[in-house]
Amino acid sequence: MRRPVDNAGRTRGEVVDQIAQGQVRRPAHPLPIRIMHWIGATAIICMFLSGWAIYNASPSLPFTFPRGLTLGGWLAAGIAWHISVMWVLFADGLAYIAYGIASKHFWPDLRPTGPRAVLRDLSDALRFRLAHRLGHYNAVQRLLYTAVILCLCLAVLTGLSIWKPVQLGWLTRLFGGYPLARNIHLGMMCCIVVFLAVHLALVAIYPRTLVSMVTSTGTEEAP
Amino acid sequence: MIERPRVVPSVSAAEIAPEVAGLSRRGLLRKGLSLGGLALLTGCDLSTHSGVDAALWAMLGFNDRVQAALFNPQRLAETYPASAITRPFRFNAYYPVWETRPVPDGWRLAVTGLVADKTPWTVERLRSLPQQAQITRHICIEGWSQIGQWSGVPLHLFLRRVGADLRARYVAFTCFDDYSTSIDMASALHPQTILALDFEQQPLTPEWGAPVRLRIPVKLGFKSAKNLESIVVTNTYPGGFWENQGYDWFSGV
Repeated sequence: MRRPVDNAGRTRGEVVDQIAQGQVRRPAHPLPIRIMHWIGATAIICMFLSGWAIYNASPSLPFTFPRGLTLGGWLAAGIAWHISVMWVLFADGLAYIAYGIASKHFWPDLRPTGPRAVLRDLSDALRFRLAHRLGHYNAVQRLLYTAVILCLCLAVLTGLSIWKPVQLGWLTRLFGGYPLARNIHLGMMCCIVVFLAVHLALVAIYPRTLVSMVTSTGTEEAP
Repeated sequence: MIERPRVVPSVSAAEIAPEVAGLSRRGLLRKGLSLGGLALLTGCDLSTHSGVDAALWAMLGFNDRVQAALFNPQRLAETYPASAITRPFRFNAYYPVWETRPVPDGWRLAVTGLVADKTPWTVERLRSLPQQAQITRHICIEGWSQIGQWSGVPLHLFLRRVGADLRARYVAFTCFDDYSTSIDMASALHPQTILALDFEQQPLTPEWGAPVRLRIPVKLGFKSAKNLESIVVTNTYPGGFWENQGYDWFSGV
């Protein structure tokens, strides 16, 4: 019978031995990931706040965002912020995708698992029985991080399609035309906000995950 | 055969080099990286004299250069069947509809700046030029959009007719409702940019821009100035009513 192995092809026993002997000193998150995470996080917050200033000019849902929760305060300044920070997010996102592919962070680290593993880990998590191991992604985390990366990609692509609906008309048509592309853009924003709420709640429950995203002291943990 | 207009960049790289260099000095990112800084940034709305607002204005200039580079003078905006026209069509201006001004007596369209023939134009004379109809999407900078039907004189044809210097950078429009705007020459020469005389196959009424308005589907809606009184061809940046307050000048779509 094949014994289960981790991402590095080690069995559980081997990992425990390596950690016990101090052979494994890999930080939970490599430095490039930590840098790109914080640049991206800042850029995404700025995109939310400036996007809400733009949304307020012509709300398509029955509410507006308080002026204090916007960046720029009015339409023109919101747009100036949005299309300035856009370049930061774009560069950070491209660097992250390139790094994620080259370093195998996406595959196998974040590779989504089957629905059975997701249900098992989700039910464990909801009963507070799922151990949180720094440097390893459980089935629910894999699903959520993959989903939010896809949402961010869709937010950027729909954003481009409503910024240039004539010059990038093929992209706008791909999203079903200008009005629909704009609604998908808003929908992606909502999905990312929901992700952020879950993400921050989990960080509040496990504060050491915040430390591991800042410093290199948090190391890979035994299963 | 369509004559390929010469695209003149609106701003040269050398002109904005100090502003781009200043971006890093002003530390837009450095401030942006702390959430505490974010609270201070929310006050930056393009109207203050802070370094952040200066950086935002510089970024708007950079974005205009990118947009000019992305602009393909031959790419057409999508056109729609008559059944797609939005009804009722939404009125939009910097004032409410009841403040719409009637056409002044003895109205003429003035043409000034870098043009050979500065004779003012009457509506009848504009109608004697070849006309072009379009059903295109009007996209507002606020995010909403609607599909409308206009017809009138292609601007490239008009500019050639008055002997405009087609290498000039800007075409500026002023209106008798105290509105103004300006566009780059490449967009002015786009085949779908027209001086519209009709809306939904009827002569324009004052609220839709009588007697003549610009209709430019490759720009955001605020560039399609209504109630025109003059056209100026120039190399001096003319700005505009909204542009001077912070709306992105190029605003191409």
